[in-house]
Amino acid sequence: MSDIAIELRGIDKSFGLVHANKNINLTVRKGTIHGIIGENGAGKSTLMSILYGFYQADSGDIVVDGSKVTIKDPNAAIAHGIGMVHQHFMLVENFTVLENVMLGAEDSQILNTSISKARVELKRLEREYALEVDPDALIEELPVGLQQRVEILKALYRKADILILDEPTGVLTPPEADHLFRILGQLKDQGKTIIFITHKLREIMAITDEVSVMRRGEMVATRNTKETSVEELAELMVGRRVLLRVDKGEANPGAVKFSVRNLTVRDGRGVTMVDNVSFDIRAGEIVGIAGVAGNGQSELLEAISGIRKAVSGTVLLNGEPVDVTGHADPAALRTRGLAHVPEDRHHVGLVLKFEESENGILGYHRDKRYLNGVFLNTKAIQADAEEKIKKYDIRPPNPRLKTANFSGGNQQKIVLAREMERGPDVLIIGQPTRGVDVGAIEFIHKRIIEMRDQGKAVLLVSVELDEIRALSDRIIVMFAGRVVGERDPGATEGELGLLMAGVEGRKEAAE
Amino acid sequence: MSNPYAKLPAWAEYGLIPLVNLVVAFLVAGLVVLLVGENPLNAAYHMINGAFGRGEYIGFTLYYATTFIFTGLSVAVAFHAGLFNIGSEGQAYIGGIGVALACLWLDKTMPWFIVLPVAIIGSAGFGALWAFLPGWLQAKRGSHIVITTIMFNFIASSIMVYLLTKVMKPLGSMATQTRTFEAGGQLPKLDWLLSIFGLNVGNAPFNVSFLLALVAAFGVWVLIWRTRFGYEMRTMGHSPSAARYAGISETRITIIVMMISGGLAGMMALNPIMGEQFRMQLDFVQGAGFVGIAVALMGRSHPAGIIPAAILFGMLYQGGAEIAFEMPSISRDMIVIIQGLVILFAGALENMFRPAIGRAFAAIGSRATAAAQTRGA
Repeated sequence: MSDIAIELRGIDKSFGLVHANKNINLTVRKGTIHGIIGENGAGKSTLMSILYGFYQADSGDIVVDGSKVTIKDPNAAIAHGIGMVHQHFMLVENFTVLENVMLGAEDSQILNTSISKARVELKRLEREYALEVDPDALIEELPVGLQQRVEILKALYRKADILILDEPTGVLTPPEADHLFRILGQLKDQGKTIIFITHKLREIMAITDEVSVMRRGEMVATRNTKETSVEELAELMVGRRVLLRVDKGEANPGAVKFSVRNLTVRDGRGVTMVDNVSFDIRAGEIVGIAGVAGNGQSELLEAISGIRKAVSGTVLLNGEPVDVTGHADPAALRTRGLAHVPEDRHHVGLVLKFEESENGILGYHRDKRYLNGVFLNTKAIQADAEEKIKKYDIRPPNPRLKTANFSGGNQQKIVLAREMERGPDVLIIGQPTRGVDVGAIEFIHKRIIEMRDQGKAVLLVSVELDEIRALSDRIIVMFAGRVVGERDPGATEGELGLLMAGVEGRKEAAE
Repeated sequence: MSNPYAKLPAWAEYGLIPLVNLVVAFLVAGLVVLLVGENPLNAAYHMINGAFGRGEYIGFTLYYATTFIFTGLSVAVAFHAGLFNIGSEGQAYIGGIGVALACLWLDKTMPWFIVLPVAIIGSAGFGALWAFLPGWLQAKRGSHIVITTIMFNFIASSIMVYLLTKVMKPLGSMATQTRTFEAGGQLPKLDWLLSIFGLNVGNAPFNVSFLLALVAAFGVWVLIWRTRFGYEMRTMGHSPSAARYAGISETRITIIVMMISGGLAGMMALNPIMGEQFRMQLDFVQGAGFVGIAVALMGRSHPAGIIPAAILFGMLYQGGAEIAFEMPSISRDMIVIIQGLVILFAGALENMFRPAIGRAFAAIGSRATAAAQTRGA
């Protein structure tokens, strides 16, 4: 038995003209946590999909436990002791924990014996790895952190010795993430090998033993985590030096530009998603809304930008009321000086099948500047796009290219250019850097602060707590649809983390 | 990876892939002919010769193509807004009322070029009206357009039976049709157009509405790609959530697009009623609305693709009739099978050969770059 759990030799994979993995070599030692870091589109997910049998490599070998193997589908991966915890959980929502764990691993057509056997095995796993979860609870009733635990149990139940975790902390609160890290530590102590994929440098530093960096389909370096630094890793990821800290001067808040009072929003099923929320944004300040994804931030953004009808409450834009409970037309709000960078640029902020220049006018397409009567003024649209491409360094600089063919960072720049260049009074930004590469993050953060310094009122919603803390002048924390606290940006991560988990909030509300 | 198959050059995307699909469709169709015990090459000869062999045959092919251009455009317009209008059949049928009323009213007193504009407005208006109801139901009530338009095809059919047996039939006649129109209700043939190429149109009902179809195709292109409304409907078609974000009213777009789609379908009625029969008969649409779906699919919902696709289907109709005539063991139903195969390969199995062609291009592309690199070094 060697002490190498997995070795990848010369893995190569192309999708049509896209060369996703170029001659990748990777060695993962047994009983370690091995981080794989890289920007979006660097090829991490492709590589792991090859290892887990979703794709076949065009060339190269996979060596598991000293012997060369072919992994032609996920079942083969499981047979070789490789388990995967996906970024988006692969659980049946209306099944119980037990049913999910045994799904696909039943012994026979008759379930009775499988169920009782699975129950015993699950109990054993829970004890051994301290992964308590009620086997009879329905998945849809469990919080996200526990759902993830079920995913881990699923892999362990299938006797996985090597666990691949794909961006596991994206949906977790800081305390939940800490808990996950403790679990991973225990698994490591029990001799399991863990491959941890992320784009967050902090997590790499916190729990991995070794880290491999990918850039544009290539494996550029492997380091001992102890011997490297965040700066070095960031540089390896991007290929140049990056400024990780955001430089910003003192805020100079002026008059209130945007004010929300007692806003309540329900979703399609009638569940209250935003519960009696009030806040103000002044000219020249950035107000950050922190919170774990799914605590009403999305619905709040949609309601104040006129996309979703609110149940009750008032919103004032430049002192004038916005009809958020009735017909607040997003187009009309734009002309009144409200710009909105939506959270989901793929489905909301952009039409991916459009050419870049066509997306440059989305929402502003009624502007006379882009029209000749009822006809589009294609020349003006093109010129406008070219100007923005230059100013925002959008690459490739081709306004006729399909938007889907731009990288995440450049797509986000297309949205930002469109919304910022109008000189709006109020700018609402959701997840400005989600799925955006490190190089572009720097640029986007600078632009947001420039907007503030020009005297715009900025509302920033992000699930990245670091981002909220770096950019905001005031931080509002949302939990379960309510504002549970307001802090200045000096607040510690621990303090905000507790608020985000709803712990402090309940106390404050009780007082 | 979200987009595993990289973009192909335009000529491969719009030329090579449809061609490969078509060739495979004909190969499989050839097998079917072989199964019946006939020579597929013979059949192919009769098909091509029957569609293009003489001026008259070409005239028939283009006559059918005219019909399919209208219904293809109808389906394509709706498709760009994300609406699957299966009701072109019924809309074309009801559109016939508009043509018939215009002709019955004016044919004795006015020349055809006065009657035609009135008939255009009538046919488009009645077609649009028939599409307005499903559009309104979808926009305001959420009734799915695929279901409602199918239902409306049946309703249209029943209405026409009623009208042609009780209302629009001349007194004392036993045929389910209107009276025959006088000169004002008869569109002139385009014999001069074919004679430019030294062809004789003969008995083929190839008429002025073909030119109207070409104008409509250009109009649809302008509408979709060059107007604000076209921009809005494409936004909604690609991403309803982005449309909401941009402040585009889904209700408004749905209703207007359906009316445009229905109007185009309705205009199809000009061709058989004013161009061939000179009267409105029962079931004059003959499935052209459904063929329009295939034409739109094959033409990639682009007017520049719809016109050749419509001519292809015109060829299948006209050439198919010739095969049935020349080769008695191949019945009309066999022709429908061949048409079905074309639809299957060109429409439903559109992505079957794409991965392979994409890989071939990638291989050629990487070899080219490798060659360039060795040359550079």
